[in-house]
Amino acid sequence: MQLPDAEKLAQTMAQQLEPYLNANSALVGIHTGGVWLAERIHALLGRKIPLGTLDVSFYRDDFSRSGLHAEVAPSDIPFDVTGRDIILVDDVLYTGRSVRAAMNELFDYGRPASIILAVLVDRGGRELPIASQVTGVVLVLAPDQNIQLNRDQEGRLALSLHQTTA
Amino acid sequence: MAFLNRNPQLNQHGELQHLLTIEGLGAGMLRHILDTAQSFVSVSEREVKKVPLLRGKSIFNLFFEPSTRTRTTFEIAAKRLSADVFNLNISASSQSKGETVLDTVDNLAAMQADMFIVRHAQSGAAHFIARHVSPHIHVVNAGDGRHAHPTQGLLDMYTIRHYKKEFHNLSVAIVGDVLHSRVARSQIHALTTLGVPEVRVIAPKTLLPAQVERMGVQVYHDMSQGLKDVDVVIMLRLQNERMRGALLPSAQEYFKSYGLTQDKLSLARPDAIVMHPGPMNRGVEIDSDVADGSQSVILPQVTFGIAVRMAVMSILAGN
Repeated sequence: MQLPDAEKLAQTMAQQLEPYLNANSALVGIHTGGVWLAERIHALLGRKIPLGTLDVSFYRDDFSRSGLHAEVAPSDIPFDVTGRDIILVDDVLYTGRSVRAAMNELFDYGRPASIILAVLVDRGGRELPIASQVTGVVLVLAPDQNIQLNRDQEGRLALSLHQTTA
Repeated sequence: MAFLNRNPQLNQHGELQHLLTIEGLGAGMLRHILDTAQSFVSVSEREVKKVPLLRGKSIFNLFFEPSTRTRTTFEIAAKRLSADVFNLNISASSQSKGETVLDTVDNLAAMQADMFIVRHAQSGAAHFIARHVSPHIHVVNAGDGRHAHPTQGLLDMYTIRHYKKEFHNLSVAIVGDVLHSRVARSQIHALTTLGVPEVRVIAPKTLLPAQVERMGVQVYHDMSQGLKDVDVVIMLRLQNERMRGALLPSAQEYFKSYGLTQDKLSLARPDAIVMHPGPMNRGVEIDSDVADGSQSVILPQVTFGIAVRMAVMSILAGN
């Protein structure tokens, strides 16, 4: 399958985000792919918008089954969340569970005025009533397929598709 | 009989089931705990300082020996993970009625305990309980006799990494009553495992365990030699009861030879940090000017201790 160019998708997303932006906006990327994408969109927008990162490991709903993830990165929200219009950014929207975890974590920083969701790939398969407002591309994938965002040494973003064995 | 040689802290997948001692844990495991703690430090700086990770879990603080700071920081850590915490001051209840340790533990297990935090005056008490409990229960050693105090050792490593960034180029001096100190043993295991090339112990002969060199440390009996150019100075608490025995002449004499003053500290590197596990005896092992001085990181140690204990509890509960 020919995968779309992640860099072009990011540009499209930045254009789609323009009408949502105001003086109160802030970008928040979800680790790890969502952080890369948020950084890229932040650069493309070229405005002074605060940028934060979330690692949702402490808010995941599968902790009792699979424990803590091997690599936990600190969340970093360098602005007051209360009253902000948050643009939550993730690379792949699948079950919706990470987005739920991210929203729960955000509310522990404060009460945002609003949250919208921007994702690079919507791959279907939702298990929660969650939808993105800004979407790079919709790709319907089988459950045993895994799509992920990568960033090379030059900082270029690219999608890759893997077959999962489990 | 392979199971006899198995590290009793690890489950069959090699994951941490209990935290009993730092001895035998690899550098990767220690770094994983420190990295996880770093994420919890940022949680402690938020408006809501709680995460929902251990919601519905019951954690019992089993303190057979009195402690204020350690018990409180474990309690805060458990609460910030949204667990339910129960503090049992056992020295004052069951034991005086003649109940055995294992009966106490069985009773609490029957109350659906998920984790025991154990402090006991006897070395090996936490191991003993860990061997006894059913597999879904986790045990954290919060200090057993002279043996180990792993979460203190880990929070000290966190503090050192926070200020010094790396371990591989450091010289660390541990000063004082190493003989009776479970904290010193945990620190030495952690420092050598994490690759600190030079670990020194500075103490009179009477306060050093026999063959302490075999733990990979260099022995000094003189402060001015031992502190020369070190990056980290860790002072140990001198327990008052040691004075009553024949090990030491007097608190004043001890302070003269082994108390940390600004003068002695000036022999260490100018950016050296001063640590102490608490509670401090001001004027016995450390001068107030140093304890409250610009190189002291004694209070940050306490703050980091909460994040480190959150990391340990959440890693154990997830395994």
